[in-house]
Amino acid sequence: MKSSRRRFMKLAGIAALGLGAQPVIKAIAPASENGPQTQFSQGPNALTARQWAMVIDTRRFKTAHDLEPMIEACHKTHNVPHFEDKNHEIKWIWETHFHNAFPDSANRFTSEETEHRPYLVLCNHCENPPCVRACPTKATFKRESDGVVMMDMHRCIGCRFCMAACPYGSRSFNFVEPLKGLVEKEINLKYPRRMKGVVEKCTFCVERLAEGQMPACVEASGGAIVFGDLSDPESEVRQVLRENFTIRRKQSLGTEPCVYYIV
Amino acid sequence: MNDKKWIVLGLVIFLALFLSPFLYNLVTGAKAAAMPEVVLTEQAKAAKQCVMPTEFMRTEHMQLLDEWRLKVVRSGLRDFTNAEGKTFNMSLSNTCMDCHSNKADFCDRCHNYASVNPYCWDCHIENPQGEKK
Amino acid sequence: MLELALKGSKSYWIWMVALLGVIGAGFVLYLGQLQIGLGITGMSRDVSWGFYIANFTYLVGVAAGGVMVVLPYYLHDYKAYGKVTILGEFLAIAALIMCLLFILVDLGQPMRGLNVFLYPTLNSVLFYDALVLNGYLLINLVVGWNVLEAERNGVHYQKWLKPIIYLSIPFAVSIHTVTAFLYSGLPGRGFWLTAILAPRFLSSAFAAGPALLVLLCLFIRKTTKFDPGKEQIQSLGLTVAYAICINVFFFLCEIFVVFYSQMPEHMDHFKYLFFGLHGHGALVPWMWSSMALMVIGIILTVNPITRKNETTLAVACVVIIAGTWIDKGLGMISGGFVPNPLHEVNEYAPTLPEIGITVGIYAIGALVLTVLYKMAVGVKEEVRG
Repeated sequence: MKSSRRRFMKLAGIAALGLGAQPVIKAIAPASENGPQTQFSQGPNALTARQWAMVIDTRRFKTAHDLEPMIEACHKTHNVPHFEDKNHEIKWIWETHFHNAFPDSANRFTSEETEHRPYLVLCNHCENPPCVRACPTKATFKRESDGVVMMDMHRCIGCRFCMAACPYGSRSFNFVEPLKGLVEKEINLKYPRRMKGVVEKCTFCVERLAEGQMPACVEASGGAIVFGDLSDPESEVRQVLRENFTIRRKQSLGTEPCVYYIV
Repeated sequence: MNDKKWIVLGLVIFLALFLSPFLYNLVTGAKAAAMPEVVLTEQAKAAKQCVMPTEFMRTEHMQLLDEWRLKVVRSGLRDFTNAEGKTFNMSLSNTCMDCHSNKADFCDRCHNYASVNPYCWDCHIENPQGEKK
Repeated sequence: MLELALKGSKSYWIWMVALLGVIGAGFVLYLGQLQIGLGITGMSRDVSWGFYIANFTYLVGVAAGGVMVVLPYYLHDYKAYGKVTILGEFLAIAALIMCLLFILVDLGQPMRGLNVFLYPTLNSVLFYDALVLNGYLLINLVVGWNVLEAERNGVHYQKWLKPIIYLSIPFAVSIHTVTAFLYSGLPGRGFWLTAILAPRFLSSAFAAGPALLVLLCLFIRKTTKFDPGKEQIQSLGLTVAYAICINVFFFLCEIFVVFYSQMPEHMDHFKYLFFGLHGHGALVPWMWSSMALMVIGIILTVNPITRKNETTLAVACVVIIAGTWIDKGLGMISGGFVPNPLHEVNEYAPTLPEIGITVGIYAIGALVLTVLYKMAVGVKEEVRG
């Protein structure tokens, strides 16, 4: 009697698990298409590329002040909060010195000009990004369509593995509620904010590219930053790269960054 | 079996607690909450139909938004063309909230009734036209 | 069998209530963290992992250390360990629960934690870490429970447990190897980008885990009627001796490679930890203490006179646990993040709420361990009469 009641309980448990699994899987499964008549497409003005890249002509900048328009443009457009506490700092693009931007290329005796020039650093949207390799949920991923290393704020669990993986320190984390670092009337209503507990970084202004506009920093640079398709030999970036000597950050790591610097 | 009185007492207390919402309503004569009335803005009324038919939006706007965000963020596609051939920019703030700019009288009515708390607006701007809440 | 944990002396219950109090306090602090965000910790944009992940890393080692009793007994028939395998397995369970809790409190969006399983990413080490940690926890729960129950009923454990027990051995090695791979595969972090990180983690684990087991065995012998055995404690002590020697040797290998090659990229992290960098040196006294503690630990465990004396052995174990905790807990995390990829120095120190939540999680581990050990000892006292 004992063994058959035990057997019954075991079978009942397995059956319940089996019956319960199907609706759970159905609920979690991605939403189905809304019907054959609906379509998704890129907008008519969207700029396309296989791999977006950027060339920054550092010779055009003399002081940190010269970089402020680019940084302002980016941070204001994307509602990047500003905090007094340096620990909670969020920055998508910022200014630094030569030996910080290029620690493996810094000479002991550099030209004075190079020494004092300001350098603009941001996410390099690498072709071989270690942050994408690290992310356990593909919340950060390299987009097939245009090579942008994108952030999916909806999926990010805030584990910050990508921050550890990035060799360039390009990523920021929302340690506190971003609204605390934003001025209500300066918020750009056309672009969302983020919530606390997710990582954020430069996304090459994909929302502007979709409307046919250049990234905010490119537009604010007055021509000092060139932006285009690295895989198109006729693009402006490729032209600039053919004509000028450029370096990239930490080239020996094999990440293949797509932000080039004319020095 | 001298635990009988405790078991019965426990059962009575459990039933009292479990049925307490119904008992409360019985005592106070409360009626069931009315169906939420949503208010359409002038813009919404003029448009006659949302991005998809009203019945579809009522039952599946969540799934639609889910799919929109996958397409925009992960596939880089921003334009949605419905069965009638009308094209919309897939944006909660700039398309949906732009037309339905009265969140408190529209979205919140049903959400509060159903006790649902979507966190979309933690990030996505709820008043893209800049109106005071 | 859990009813065995509900019978205890007054001091047992005082201990349990005290633990619950600490857990409660930690929980309230965590609610504050959920409300405000991870900003209540000392973590920053540059040091984006801190005390939580440091303790997680250390405890994965302690959990893996349990294999040092399972392996000799099940694989090599070292009969003496038969008495204490359950203690190793239960310690692993408590340690793993703490590990998972530390990860949970470290997440910025813990409600989305299941995304790791809903969107499996085969190139992410963190995905595998989640799998093996949960897998090893499950294995230890299943094996520990069933073997103990079989012992209580005076029968041999079920045959189907054997392959699972054998599986627990590579799993134990894998949990700590995978955790080491989290760090050692990142191209931008020179301090962690070393092949010896995984072996170093394992050697540190095999010193810390058995050291903690020695202390627990001595405590059990003193407070209960179950005596884990002098031979068993001595064997564990010998394991600790070998492991701590290997751990320090691996560390010296790293020192040689970094300082003989004179590569600034790699030297800077060690310089920061042991001498300070650009005027910042908060961890310097900690790191030297850790070295001193580990050396004292080596002397006490390698010397047979001090190892055979259970008092000095206990001191050695405490010293080794402290030394390895500082090394793996504080040193490893800060060392990797400082200086940052742009060669700037921003130091990290845990805040009080962060420490409070950490202590709360340790209290949960202590509670789980107490309950499980009370159960195991209860069974053994029952069986031996």
